[in-house]
Amino acid sequence: MTVFFQQLINGLSLGSIYALIALGYTMVYGIIKLINFAHGDIYMLGAYIGFMAITVLGVGFFPALLIAMVGCAILGVVIERIAYKPLRNATRIAALITAIGVSYFIEAMTQRFMGTNVRAFPNVLSTEVIQFAGLRISYQQIYIFVTTIVLMLILQTIVKKTKVGRAMRAVSVDADAARLMGINVDATISYTFAIGSALAGAAGVLVGIYYNSINPLMGMVPGVKAFIAAVFGGIGIVPGAMFGGFFIGIAEALVSGYGGSLYKDAVVYIILIVILIIKPAGLLGKNVKEKV
Amino acid sequence: MKKMFNKYNLCWILSMIGSYVLLSVLMSAGIIDSVYQTVVTTIIINIILATSLNLIIGITGQFSLGHAGFMCIGAYSAGVMVKQMPSMTGFMLGILIGVIISAIVAMIVAIPTLRLKGDYLAIATLGFGEIIRIVVLNMKITNGAAGLVLPKMLNFPFMYGVLMLCLIVIINFVRSAPGRACISVREDEIASEAMGINTTKYKVYAFIIGAVIASIAGAMYAGNFYVIKPEMFTFNKSIDILVMVVFGGMGSMTGSVIAAIVIGLLNSFLQNFSSVRMIVYGIALVCIMIFRPSGLLGTKEFTFSGIGNFFKKRKEVKK
Amino acid sequence: MNVLKVSGLTKNFGGLCAVSNVNMELNERELIGLIGPNGAGKTTLFNLLTGVYEPSSGKIELNVDGNMKSIGGLKPYVVTAMGLARTFQNIRLFKSQSVLDNVKIAMHKNIKYGTAAAILRLPKFYAEEERVQREAEELLKVVHLYDKKDELAKNLPYGEQRRLEIARALATSPKILFLDEPAAGMNPQETAELTELIHKIKEDFNLTVILIEHDMSLVMTICERIYVLDYGKLIAHGNPEEIKNNPRVIEAYLGEEI
Repeated sequence: MTVFFQQLINGLSLGSIYALIALGYTMVYGIIKLINFAHGDIYMLGAYIGFMAITVLGVGFFPALLIAMVGCAILGVVIERIAYKPLRNATRIAALITAIGVSYFIEAMTQRFMGTNVRAFPNVLSTEVIQFAGLRISYQQIYIFVTTIVLMLILQTIVKKTKVGRAMRAVSVDADAARLMGINVDATISYTFAIGSALAGAAGVLVGIYYNSINPLMGMVPGVKAFIAAVFGGIGIVPGAMFGGFFIGIAEALVSGYGGSLYKDAVVYIILIVILIIKPAGLLGKNVKEKV
Repeated sequence: MKKMFNKYNLCWILSMIGSYVLLSVLMSAGIIDSVYQTVVTTIIINIILATSLNLIIGITGQFSLGHAGFMCIGAYSAGVMVKQMPSMTGFMLGILIGVIISAIVAMIVAIPTLRLKGDYLAIATLGFGEIIRIVVLNMKITNGAAGLVLPKMLNFPFMYGVLMLCLIVIINFVRSAPGRACISVREDEIASEAMGINTTKYKVYAFIIGAVIASIAGAMYAGNFYVIKPEMFTFNKSIDILVMVVFGGMGSMTGSVIAAIVIGLLNSFLQNFSSVRMIVYGIALVCIMIFRPSGLLGTKEFTFSGIGNFFKKRKEVKK
Repeated sequence: MNVLKVSGLTKNFGGLCAVSNVNMELNERELIGLIGPNGAGKTTLFNLLTGVYEPSSGKIELNVDGNMKSIGGLKPYVVTAMGLARTFQNIRLFKSQSVLDNVKIAMHKNIKYGTAAAILRLPKFYAEEERVQREAEELLKVVHLYDKKDELAKNLPYGEQRRLEIARALATSPKILFLDEPAAGMNPQETAELTELIHKIKEDFNLTVILIEHDMSLVMTICERIYVLDYGKLIAHGNPEEIKNNPRVIEAYLGEEI
């Protein structure tokens, strides 16, 4: 039982990170129906920006987090404007291939300018561990979890309560109708990318702290897993992404905890395939059929 | 029998033999040295991979990102068999086993996932491809992450023969009623179904044929390059293959062949600048999608009568 | 003799009843019209009959060699193979294929060679392909598109696309042909030609034709019987004269004040 609860705790922190990345996927998919394959790489860049902020500027955790979020938001918007905007009316597959191209580009550029080697992420948070009833909870895990929850609450407020959020919801339902109602669709899409990328940037810094190491290809696997989390919860649905992120994180932690660590990635893919077969629209999604 | 030797078929047979003679002469004359022989081998394998993926993506319109998984099955089936039975018979048996396993796996993958559309299908197949790799990574017989070290089994004539066989299978399939059915699935699935075509069946057919041919390509790889490791078959490999298909034009087999050759040559020139190569790939993918989303040739095929018409038209213009 | 018999057919989408308790009988070599205001459920009814939707309740029976077989809920390609073909309201051609290939694709179920024969290029393959080529060209001559056989479907003008849809449906060698608004977007000249064409193919191919149409001049000229649908229910049925004078039909089209 101790193993179970310990892995639950580990899963919650891992899941927080997946959830933060998944939110970006889900928001972008919701608004322009694009699987932003490069999103995992934005998260990697977030980790690198945080790393640079801490080592070069010598700042602490929160400033580094903020810098990474702002940096990623800007990058996200730039990528959207250069690569995705010209393809607004292209097929979804064309957009997906473009996203793959962007992902390649970011990874290769990072490798070129930051080196291909793994770097140690500096310890900016206390490494102390709380022992409680045989369970180990580190301060880092608490920081990660709390930061994630706060960011999600902020996001939820933006989407539900602000003008920008309302515009986002309108564009995701029907971009053309939204444009006719006087909404600046391009700006709204840029906001979406900015917010999604900022969340990924935050996740990057958090993961750097959690695992102590970063490398240019670190975004690929968590990127795909976060996407799976988004699909699991119902892509395009914000609470779905949060739920999916935690679910995937906990599932992965439990599998590792019970001795299946070699198969932990496979389990995530199996979850994906099962959900796609049983309920392709995701746990919280609705099925839509093509009109004949 | 007469019909088999119509103009169209004859042209292709002649160009097949022609390029074989040309390549072997260049090799025996030493103009294609051992370094470039590796490039030629890589290109042959890439042509097989690209055309087989094009059958799934370009012709049938089913976006698969799991192609490397089937290549992995083929490579390891051949590799494991050669380890047990280090002879050409062992290798051939390995290919056969690879073909059988990948056909079965493709069917298991295809039946549930091909109900999905577009990007969902892409991610599901990506997942399956990764599962295959993880299973191989964790098996004893495959020697885990360290991979297998193998003797070189294949020579150029054999490889070329296999390439031609694969191309004939794919192209004959595409240019027939089942191939037309696949194209109609790509064009409009609902209309296709209304025209009496069992769309699921043809999606599965295309997927299985593509997967089987990819596994043969994997076996060629194992028989040529001494080492196979699971890390060679990540979804990055699938994306490499996808890049060739996209460059050549989704739906154009000759496009895939040309793209595989061009990219193969480019890779060999940029070998020492691997990070630059990736940057170029990335930019190229984005630019193609923005400026020429249908790829080099679109869905058109490079044909001899096409060249004939082209020159005829030019003559007419000159007059 | 009935070729198609529909009894108590109902389709619900969630709480919405798109088609409710429809009864129809189609006889051999009849030309039937299906009319009704927008949103009356005509296309939904077509989709039920051709297997795109599964009925919520009720029966659809097709005459297959003298036996009535229930086809409700069968997949579209099975229904088509049994002799039911259709066109689409929002034209669904295989756009980037040539006109000829559009027809060839639809001949699929009558092609007698398998995947293996195709890959090995057995003599049977060449023989069948020759036949398919010839028959497809014949069909294109019927709809006056033979001269355009090598053009891409998407490059045809609108009226010709509609005709190609008809040729494609004929290529499945049907017994019953469903036309969903065949004259939509055509000018009077084109509509007149289409009327003639529909009449001709019905005679030449021994077909039962059922068509949805808003162009009343077309419906009233060629249909022998007409069914009228409103809010998912059949409100009238009879020959053109009866329908023209039926108060319920007039009410459905013009509102309550007559």
